[in-house]
Amino acid sequence: MSRVGSYFSPLGQAMDAVSDGYKRQHPAVKALILVLVALFFYGLPLLRPPLITTNEIDFGGVMFQVAAFALVALGLNIVIGYAGLLDLGYVGFYATGAYTTGVLTSQHGSWPFFLALPVAIAVTMVTGVILGAPTLRVRGDYLAIVTLGFGEIIRICVKNIEWLGASAGIKDIPHPNTIGPAAEPPFKPGGLFEIPRLEWDGLVPHLDKEHSVHFLVFGATNAIPYYWLILTALVLVLLGDRLVKNSRVGRAWEATREDEDAAELMGVPTFKFKLMAFALGAAIGGLSGSFYASGQGGYISPDSFPLLLSMLFVAAVIVGGSGNRWGAIAGGALVAYLPERFREFADFRLLFFGLALTVLAVWRPEGLLPPRRTRRAKAAAAEIEALEEGELDEQLEEEPRNV
Amino acid sequence: MSEYSPYDASSAKALLEVDHVTLRFGGLTALDDVSFTINEGEILGLIGPNGAGKTTCFNVMTGVYRPTSGEARFDGTSLTKLKKHKITQLGLARTFQNIRLFKSMTVLENVMVGTDAHSKVGFWDALLRTPRHRRTEAASLARAKELLDMVGIKARHDELASNLSYGDQRRLEIARAMGTNPKLLCLDEPAAGFNPAEKVKLMELIRKVRDAGYTVLLIEHDMRLVMGVTDRIVVLEFGQKIAEGAPAEIRDNPAVIAAYLGVDEDAS
Ligand SMILES: Nc1ncnc2c1ncn2[C@@H]1O[C@H](COP(=O)(O)OP(=O)(O)O)[C@@H](O)[C@H]1O
Ligand SMILES: [Mg+2]
Repeated sequence: MSRVGSYFSPLGQAMDAVSDGYKRQHPAVKALILVLVALFFYGLPLLRPPLITTNEIDFGGVMFQVAAFALVALGLNIVIGYAGLLDLGYVGFYATGAYTTGVLTSQHGSWPFFLALPVAIAVTMVTGVILGAPTLRVRGDYLAIVTLGFGEIIRICVKNIEWLGASAGIKDIPHPNTIGPAAEPPFKPGGLFEIPRLEWDGLVPHLDKEHSVHFLVFGATNAIPYYWLILTALVLVLLGDRLVKNSRVGRAWEATREDEDAAELMGVPTFKFKLMAFALGAAIGGLSGSFYASGQGGYISPDSFPLLLSMLFVAAVIVGGSGNRWGAIAGGALVAYLPERFREFADFRLLFFGLALTVLAVWRPEGLLPPRRTRRAKAAAAEIEALEEGELDEQLEEEPRNV
Repeated sequence: MSEYSPYDASSAKALLEVDHVTLRFGGLTALDDVSFTINEGEILGLIGPNGAGKTTCFNVMTGVYRPTSGEARFDGTSLTKLKKHKITQLGLARTFQNIRLFKSMTVLENVMVGTDAHSKVGFWDALLRTPRHRRTEAASLARAKELLDMVGIKARHDELASNLSYGDQRRLEIARAMGTNPKLLCLDEPAAGFNPAEKVKLMELIRKVRDAGYTVLLIEHDMRLVMGVTDRIVVLEFGQKIAEGAPAEIRDNPAVIAAYLGVDEDAS
């Protein structure tokens, strides 16, 4: 391990210890911990803890972005982490979901968001199948190239198709319908009830009733209800991911990733399972794209979906620990959060972001929260290395005697 | 025929027929008009010096390579056009000469990939935890544990496959292949790299497998072992079948002696 890496290694060990400690708990305790963690994250934009809260920019909006990236990373983790398919054009699915929503709710229709959402997911999934069916038959490298092309083609097509708003994009994508009485500005804020948020004076919290959240008003003024909505989607996808992974399907994905031929010879229809992973990944990408489109701004354009975004998505999965759903979420959250946190450094924020990623790569090449298998393989390798070094030492000790 | 064998050639039914199979790699003829059959319930030995085409023969049978001419039939079904996983589902499973386990999966998961071979569980079953999912999963798990017990590595079921010793990895390969519930189990040099004591134990295991109702095709270099465990032997050399018969006949066959004495030290 490199020098820079070893400075940080106690922190890494602590993280592994926490993760192992959690795994040893009784299922009921685990469930309780998860519920508490979930509650914490639901409450985060209201708690506004110092240091974490971004003061330069609306914290609720940042948290929405963070959750959206975590959701995307969770989907891409199925493709890359479970099935071992390198998809470099994931932004294409994100864009497909967003544009389907934009077209249905604003450009060529006035569907409500909650009706457009399932259609957006379905359309993206079909896109995934259409792209995957011919390309998943060929081996790894080609898939990377084809998906890379797909990500760009979607963007360029959209830019040139008048029906999709061309380079002007789609405006006025409506928010989801408010749950409870509708808002009637400037007199009635709407919603079922109000929730005040905390404001911190140094380390002393006090209630801030000026900026309370109206439950559940999805509007331009406050992103927090919208953050809750996407967080709920994230939790549901997380549950589904767990159920599907811990089954025959998950084993088939892993076997295919490890050795496609051997998997096939053990009776795994590898093509079917690769396509399934690819389509599921696409659907989840479409889901988050759909949320993005009807998010606070309500505006999308071809420039919202640059190739760079694909790279960020892949980075999120790798940085988080490819193959572990919690790792993917952490990676996605980090990739979205860091640039916003460093906003006060203005032009240097991307530099800080790049530096942070580099440190992470050196410190934990296996990712923030790698899957158990990665850690066990690493432990075994370290053991062998230690043994070899031990033998070497013994030889060195013996040598003087021979002289 | 060996005394211990419950196998009776007179009432035998052909399970797998290799019918005039030729396979060329460019200019190299790896299999040259090879024909033989494997009968239900027997242990057939496939021997020959290195490079004779034994592994290639497995690869043709399991759909990895398509024969240039001729065909292999399993239970009367031609294998030529079938996908690899379909062939496995028909009841033909194999191990690999150079071990190909799913390295970062656990021992138990490796076998369960095998036991999943006939599973109809798909995305929705898994997501909704349907009765079919629960039933199949439980059966799969029980069977996998049974197999690990049989090959003697049950205690290590939670280990990563790559952390097993070499011998245990070979045993795991056998368990994984048996997990697919095959009628015919093809073992490609399962004793390679074993010491004599380990080899004897492995041969006992192979006999146990056959007695449990499986037909076995065994590629093995060690002549003595092959003689001790097989009912019949097919000998390949340079892609051609040069002899076929009971172990005693093969031992005395001049062509076989020449092939082995002429080329090979591994056969010792
Ligand atoms: N994929 C391949 N491409 C070219 N030649 C091959 C290939 N596979 C096997 N061969 C050749 O076929 C011959 C038979 O090989 P093999 O079946 O592995 O022999 P063995 O009897 O030792 O298992 C060898 O000469 C080998 O080099
Ligand atoms: Mg071979």
